[in-house]
Amino acid sequence: MSKFKKKKKGMPAVNTASLPDIVFMLLFFFMVTTTMRETSLQIEAPRLPSATEIKKLEHKSLVSTIYVGKAKDAKYGTAYNRIQLNDKIATPEDVPSFILRAREEVSEGEIPFMTTSIKADKESSVGTITDIRIKLRDVNALKLSYSTQTGADN
Amino acid sequence: MARRETPEINAGSMADIAFLLLIFFLVTTTMNVDSGISKKLSEKPPPDYKPPVIKEKNIFEVNINRNNDLLVEGEIMVIDDLKEAAVKFIDNGGGDGKPGEDGTPGLPCDYCEGERSPSSSDHPNKAIISVQSDRGTEYGTYIEVQNELLKAYTILRNRLSQQRYGILYTELEKRYKDSRGSDKEELKKKVEDIKTSFPQIISDAEPTSAN
Repeated sequence: MSKFKKKKKGMPAVNTASLPDIVFMLLFFFMVTTTMRETSLQIEAPRLPSATEIKKLEHKSLVSTIYVGKAKDAKYGTAYNRIQLNDKIATPEDVPSFILRAREEVSEGEIPFMTTSIKADKESSVGTITDIRIKLRDVNALKLSYSTQTGADN
Repeated sequence: MARRETPEINAGSMADIAFLLLIFFLVTTTMNVDSGISKKLSEKPPPDYKPPVIKEKNIFEVNINRNNDLLVEGEIMVIDDLKEAAVKFIDNGGGDGKPGEDGTPGLPCDYCEGERSPSSSDHPNKAIISVQSDRGTEYGTYIEVQNELLKAYTILRNRLSQQRYGILYTELEKRYKDSRGSDKEELKKKVEDIKTSFPQIISDAEPTSAN
């Protein structure tokens, strides 16, 4: 009989004192691994055009991004044709040095795999994009990606 | 001295707070994957470079003017019809293909299902799509045109892949990318085969300057 009596004693509560530690560890893990956007946008966030035949860009360290759109600062005008490299508004003439600097950060063998991603607003004009393209060709940065949203398939 | 025991702080809700923070970070961090239309630029030609003479019929000319209107092969067209027109042009197969690098003569396209009209493209590997846009053209329209043209190639590649290997090209490509095993080489051969059968030749002509 005494054997049965013992069971009636109720389960001891699980000690949850270390639960916060576990959760904090998870929290710190996420905080450390998620990278914040390194560049602050000087132009209004471009409204990307949408397309269906798209490819994902892999190897983020090999991608350099050029933004095209309307500058937040009114002194640059209201056209959607401002170019942003790194943290500031630039001209197409600055593109080669931007690419060369990006190349310094990767090993020589990886240079042919470097991709330039153009994030341009859909109201930008093709002329601006062409200017960038010509400059990219000058420095032999031939892999290009026009950043788009995933559009509906029709 | 009355020894009052300091009451222990209740840490039971600590976990809740931490969870709240965790969930907040999980929700706010976006894993945005950059994706887009990829393009390979041509190398800068040497100064004394003479462009090869290309027959008029092997060029599919797409013009976009500054009002975002389309002119395809000299006719006004809406963007919805562009894909079909491009498919018809690439798939025409009216003549012999490019001669091989070792000097073997070009063969006629035996997988084309087009009209084989003598006034349209000879072979998919000779068919060039040339997009000329104005400097004032909207980027959105330009991308839309590029997208439609790529769609045309995808349709043709899917068709050929379905005939030869019983699988859509998009599926084949995905499988090749995901594969780690011994069949990688085989899949690569298949992908290359389809790719060379319908190579994407889209060239960007220098834009007309209007301003």
